[in-house]
Amino acid sequence: MAVHSYNSVKEKIIEHYLFVCALISIFVTISIVLVLFSETVSFFRDVSIIEFLTGTRWAPIYTPSYFGVLPLINGTLLIAAGSSIIALPVGLTSAIYLSEYANERTRGIVKPVIEVLAGIPTVVYGCFAVLFVTPIIRKLIPETDIFNAASACIVVGIMILPMVSSLSEDAIRSVPRTLREGAYALGATKYEVTTRVVLPSALSGILASFILAISRAVGETMAVTLAAGATPNITFNIFESIQTMTAYIVQVSLGDTPAGSIAYKSIFAIGMVLFLMTFGMNLVSQWIRSRYQEVYE
Amino acid sequence: MNLQQKRRRKDQLFAVVCFVSTIVSIVLLALLLCDIFIKGFSWLSWDFICSYPSRFPERAGIKSALWGSIWLILLTAALALPMGVSAAIYLEEYAPRSRLTKIIEINIFNLAGVPSVVYGILGLALFVRGLSLGKSLIAGALTLSLLILPIIIISTKEALGAVPESLREASYGLGASRWQTIRYQVLPSAMPWILTGNILALSRAIGETAPLIMIGALTFVAFTPQTPLDPFTAMPIQIFNWISRPQPEFADIASAAIIVLLLVLLTMNAAAIILRRKYQKKLQG
Repeated sequence: MAVHSYNSVKEKIIEHYLFVCALISIFVTISIVLVLFSETVSFFRDVSIIEFLTGTRWAPIYTPSYFGVLPLINGTLLIAAGSSIIALPVGLTSAIYLSEYANERTRGIVKPVIEVLAGIPTVVYGCFAVLFVTPIIRKLIPETDIFNAASACIVVGIMILPMVSSLSEDAIRSVPRTLREGAYALGATKYEVTTRVVLPSALSGILASFILAISRAVGETMAVTLAAGATPNITFNIFESIQTMTAYIVQVSLGDTPAGSIAYKSIFAIGMVLFLMTFGMNLVSQWIRSRYQEVYE
Repeated sequence: MNLQQKRRRKDQLFAVVCFVSTIVSIVLLALLLCDIFIKGFSWLSWDFICSYPSRFPERAGIKSALWGSIWLILLTAALALPMGVSAAIYLEEYAPRSRLTKIIEINIFNLAGVPSVVYGILGLALFVRGLSLGKSLIAGALTLSLLILPIIIISTKEALGAVPESLREASYGLGASRWQTIRYQVLPSAMPWILTGNILALSRAIGETAPLIMIGALTFVAFTPQTPLDPFTAMPIQIFNWISRPQPEFADIASAAIIVLLLVLLTMNAAAIILRRKYQKKLQG
């Protein structure tokens, strides 16, 4: 009897301890929001929220200073769009190849390579952009700036490629075999089976992977800091120097910015925008997957 | 050309396009590694590993960065692993299928997608300034712990979920309590996968740069840290610092430092595979 009650007390204690650990994730989220929110509020005491959201000039350390976030958002979206143009088609077609065409041996070689690509630190991609990609672009198009969006787009594209191909492949592989067999039996070619039967069935998973990859590109920091420059610009010219939200945050924290100054507070406001954008995209991605997932027996 | 031929042509073309896309990632990896090895290899030497950074590229080394990274990863492991694995055990083995559980799970998944620089901002406000830990190793390790916590929870949860239900039932059937079942049955059989996931999460932490820049890791450190409260630099920070300098020699030693960093990551991944093999053998034997 005594042993028994000792054990059940121990069981309870363990369960409670584990429960507290599980709650930590909620605390992390709440503290991210609180920290960003409190400093953002104090930032908007000094800067009007209208100017922040609609201003077309970002020059926080000059006098007179300007706090229009649009150039930074423009930079971020330019990188996201450019890298998506590279990563989404290449990632999807290689996912199709791995799932529908490749034999076990090829998969055995390609899958680890993709995992290694995914595991390389972002600062290494940044170096690759500066040392390898930018010189090539400047040789081909001499009027390109030393720091340019094109180089950053290319390496960020390479960075999010593994995410697209492995998540899309999971979605494509989970389409049941019977669906394919049915289409083949009707005389369809592999191309027709893949594009008209398999891809539509896997669409929710593929879209979810696309959104996650774009959200990753939005939040990418080191490669764009190193390769794309520090010139907040509203432009669609990828051969110019630009600045993304993430690169601005790094730029401020590299300088010795005193706490409480307007530049210090501005990184929280930018961080808030970044957090809302990526968190929103992740939620949408999850929602698409759970809402539109085709369920097979 | 009749319709039949057209369809066949399209089919073949599609196969080729897909194949080429797949080759692209292999080519890119090869290009990246070759470029870095060609630039950095000749700078690698024992002196490079054992010297402090310097204004002169030929005397510069990565001693302080390497030690900083080792300290950082040990502290991060000590902080994040117990907490992350515990949280995963609760969510997978104890949690009722309630709304709260669902919210926690969605939340963890979303936290894994929050950009690392945002964690850096959090670390700056919470640990560096809030707890007045300053630009210390412990502030860096706490920040990285928050960053990899969701990854650890997700991978550990998957590992636990893959353990067959029959194993638990059998254990309960013998009169074991819930914790005894987890401790003696579920955890040992999930261990290989838990270890793999955790090591991969730690290798993500080793490569992180942005959060450490945010919390103010120094870029020029000519000493090795002695306690967790010391200021520090780390491998990715050192690489970032060197690559940002205008002199081309520094770009080369940055490449050399990248080789060391990639070797560390490779060793960790190899360790994950070896540990997994060993545990699997033990389970079967």
